Amino acid sequence: MKIKQQIAISDTGFLFNPSTGESFTVNPVGAEILAMLRDGKTEDQILETITGTYTVEKKTAEKDLHEFAGMLKMFQIIDKE
Amino acid sequence: MSRPRYTIAVTGLNAIDSPGPGVAVIRGLREAKAFDVRIVGLAYESLEPGVYMPGIADRTYLIPYPSAGTEALMERLEAIHREEKLDVIIPNFDAELYSFMKLEQNLAGMGVHMFLPTFTQFEERHKVNLPDFGKKYGINVPAGVAITDPAELFKHQKELDFPMMVKGKWYDAYIAYNMEQARNYYNKITAKWGLPVILQQFVHGTEYNVTGLGDGDGNTIAAVAMRKQYITDKGKAWAGISIDDRQLLDLTRHFVSSTRWRGGFELEMMKSNDGRYFLMEINPRIPAWVYLAVGVGQNIPEALTLLAMGEKPAPFGHYDVGKLFIRYSWDMIVDRNDFENFSVTGSL
Repeated sequence: MKIKQQIAISDTGFLFNPSTGESFTVNPVGAEILAMLRDGKTEDQILETITGTYTVEKKTAEKDLHEFAGMLKMFQIIDKE
Repeated sequence: MSRPRYTIAVTGLNAIDSPGPGVAVIRGLREAKAFDVRIVGLAYESLEPGVYMPGIADRTYLIPYPSAGTEALMERLEAIHREEKLDVIIPNFDAELYSFMKLEQNLAGMGVHMFLPTFTQFEERHKVNLPDFGKKYGINVPAGVAITDPAELFKHQKELDFPMMVKGKWYDAYIAYNMEQARNYYNKITAKWGLPVILQQFVHGTEYNVTGLGDGDGNTIAAVAMRKQYITDKGKAWAGISIDDRQLLDLTRHFVSSTRWRGGFELEMMKSNDGRYFLMEINPRIPAWVYLAVGVGQNIPEALTLLAMGEKPAPFGHYDVGKLFIRYSWDMIVDRNDFENFSVTGSL
């Protein structure tokens, strides 16, 4: 997963896509995931960080991350692979 | 270095829920760097808010409606010119443009300049002619047809399908989901705007607008793209954000260079769900949201004035992306004497 270069992400979890004018807000965990994606972390590395930081089963975290990635794709925040 | 001072007359002072562009144009002119201004407002009604707004027009005059004919308009403009020594007029309504275009030469002879589209440009971009326009310039436009008889609704329902757009020649547009609604909107529009009525294929997607300025030689002097963020029940943008979409801006430059567009314009575009842009309408004048363009670094009213005065302003290179305009309304308290003066004497 790679976040499109032009997407502006603030620390507060506010996203702005300058080419479509759409804006979104994500919760703190979402912001954390986006920051890791921007740093070039893989899905496995993100999962590892999330399960290491929060009390969550790996399966649940995996499912949630997959769902989140689906939304990012739908809203054209990440490039299509 | 001292700046020239231009007296500029501006129409479209009806800053109501479906606002005219006049007040926004004047704000741009007052922020011009290349010249100082004296602003003369031209109003059709004595209750146009721009007449009374402080810091907008230095003086405002009532002018006759376009239906009164160009002679009546010319007579009034001559009288105003005698008082004010106008340098430039910026007309801002679709419905009045034709009259001003007809008077362009006469006014130029008096030293009053405008920078308007040519008759050919004005006619071929018309809603009625949009399908041919799309073909001629290689721009995607929705299928459409102009009708003058409600019976034709039946004839075209198959090719256009429901929902379809039902539009007036000048203003108003409705989405009809069935024949009954289409007929109802047809009658509503003809009662207000006359014939023809335009039926247009409905494009599902997101609405984007571009305002810009062409120098008449094929160069794009300004182009700012905006996504509507908040739309009123009349379809007007109450809030919008400047965006940077290469495809949209390339399309705008293609429009300007292929038509050699002269003057301000607004392109109303729809981005379909599969990512294609459709040109829905071309407004041959500056739009009411032009102050966003001024605010992000492209002062279109200023550049248009320079073009009208025979100068060659350099094309704007860029603009700030991610800036919003949010429209608001407020109540002014106006002395009855001002209203009376304007209504009775025709100037304030």
